[in-house]
Amino acid sequence: MTADMDAGTRRVYLVLLLAPLVLLAGLYLFPLSRVLWLSVTVPTPGFGNFERLLTSSAIHNVIWTTVRICVLTTTLALLIGYAIAYAALHLRGWRGELLLFFVLLSFWLSVLIRAFAWLTLLQSRGVINTWLMGAGIIDAPLPLIRNEFGVVLGMVHYMIPYAALPLYANMKGIDPRLVPAARGLGAGPVQAFLKVYLPMSLPGLISAGILTFIFSLGFYVTPALLGGGKTIMIAEYIAAQINDTLNWGLGSMLATALLLVIFALLAVMSLFVDLRKVFGVK
Amino acid sequence: MSASIRLEHVTKSYGGYLAIDDVSLEIGAGQFVTLLGPSGSGKTTLLMTIAGFVRPTRGRVLAGERDITDEPPERREFGMVFQGYALFPNMTVAENLAFPLKLRGVPSAAIQQEVRRMLDVVHLPGLGGRYPRELSGGQQQRVALARALIFNPKVLLLDESLSALDKKLRAELQEELRDLHGRLGTTFVFVTHDQEEALSMSDEIVIVNRGRIVQRGAPKALYDRPDTRFVADFLGRANFIEGAATSLSDREVSYSAGGLSLRHGLPAAGAAPQPGQPVLLGLRPEKLRLASEAPGGQANAVPAEITLVTYEGADYHIRATTPLGSMQAIVASTGGGTSPARGDKVWLSWDQDAAVVLRDDR
Repeated sequence: MTADMDAGTRRVYLVLLLAPLVLLAGLYLFPLSRVLWLSVTVPTPGFGNFERLLTSSAIHNVIWTTVRICVLTTTLALLIGYAIAYAALHLRGWRGELLLFFVLLSFWLSVLIRAFAWLTLLQSRGVINTWLMGAGIIDAPLPLIRNEFGVVLGMVHYMIPYAALPLYANMKGIDPRLVPAARGLGAGPVQAFLKVYLPMSLPGLISAGILTFIFSLGFYVTPALLGGGKTIMIAEYIAAQINDTLNWGLGSMLATALLLVIFALLAVMSLFVDLRKVFGVK
Repeated sequence: MSASIRLEHVTKSYGGYLAIDDVSLEIGAGQFVTLLGPSGSGKTTLLMTIAGFVRPTRGRVLAGERDITDEPPERREFGMVFQGYALFPNMTVAENLAFPLKLRGVPSAAIQQEVRRMLDVVHLPGLGGRYPRELSGGQQQRVALARALIFNPKVLLLDESLSALDKKLRAELQEELRDLHGRLGTTFVFVTHDQEEALSMSDEIVIVNRGRIVQRGAPKALYDRPDTRFVADFLGRANFIEGAATSLSDREVSYSAGGLSLRHGLPAAGAAPQPGQPVLLGLRPEKLRLASEAPGGQANAVPAEITLVTYEGADYHIRATTPLGSMQAIVASTGGGTSPARGDKVWLSWDQDAAVVLRDDR
């Protein structure tokens, strides 16, 4: 606010600022604090729920599945996203733009629609299995869903734009003459990529990695549909605690733990990269 | 060990567009050759073809007797200084310089020594620990130069390397480049659109326009004897006189232009314009003399009215309207007498052999 603003104008601005703050507090901070509160009060006050985190083998299984899937998803999404971003930047003229358009197109589609589309393709009597059996390549349908394969496939597909777009933005800032310069100095194409381009795109890889990993951790729809209740990630597990077994204490404890893990991850990452850049504030 | 470069009928087309149109060129080992042309003329594409970043559609590139047309840039052992320098921003100056040596498996003690020596050569001792962004433009330029030279390349290619620097720094680096060239004996191929830079630095200038070589030669020869209107106009300043030849006698042609009868002494060799044919002559502004009264004798003279005087310290740049159109003249400011002023009615004169017959390629 500028100094020459009179008191009346200032008040108007403050009121305008107040509205979103009240909204944030009411719709976001209050429920969040309720979750935190529930996690240490239900069914009995104390840290009993958090103890389960250490002792329950069911929870350990879910956590392990979640971490495994998230690491796999992030790695694959980064690899594919990197290739797409690189190609989009280096293809001549409209071809690169077309590629980006397709990335954005899948970005705009609802996650639910995409999960159902994968179901249609992958289920036992789905497009792929029917075709493969019709062609006589296989006798029995391949198990493409209700397992980790299906979950990872659906999640990677969803995450590719989140990986490709920050990488694209980062690569756009790399001087296109650096690789030729390295080549001219005696580096082969692979060496030039590994020693010059890859280090230059590392900040983009880290940003994209954080984004996809954190999004993957809380993923619900895709694992629920493509995992078919067999491959259970933490978000689905939390939903089950609250909706089915009505175990609010355990559910809110897991939600709290997930939140804390994400904050911890961000704190660690902030040591290496400027988080304001990752989330586009700067 | 420097190498000669030979281009044989090199053509590069992008779709239907000919960036290089059947160019043959030989650059002698140890020469300082400048490719000069306006932007979009194809000079950079030509350089990139020599470097190996552009693959010719047709034709061959040879280094010495070796055909390198299909050889990737990293195997050619040519140093290259890019426009904008292309220093690796994630490496220090020393790491930038060490990069080509590490690739060649030089032991690290030798690398350190070589880096220090090279930093001295380009007058940047002690700056090895800095990152490129911490250096001024001139310093970055020197680092790029050092990095391109540290592995003793056979040829050094420079793409508009000095264009981004201010005038004084540019003059300084031009001198350093020539000095380096003299000491190293490496073949230098320099690309620029700056004609003054080309004139002052090169052993030979190759003028490129529309993907073709228009004319090549030593700077002075090119400046004094341009073949075409384009070359006369692009290299230095020129007045153009368009007229018609009226008679030809003993290596002297008479022609009429702007209602005046003028004479031009032809050089011993070359074709002579035939009577009745149109002629185009180019005349350097510094070949014109200024007089307050009509000069007698053999020289050509036209009456003129001065429209603009620009004082440039050592000389005056004068623009005047004449029966031949607007003309520019450069006269020394040290001659004494009254200084020329706007509105002065004067005579411009020039010797019969001062002009050059040009081919009109416009």
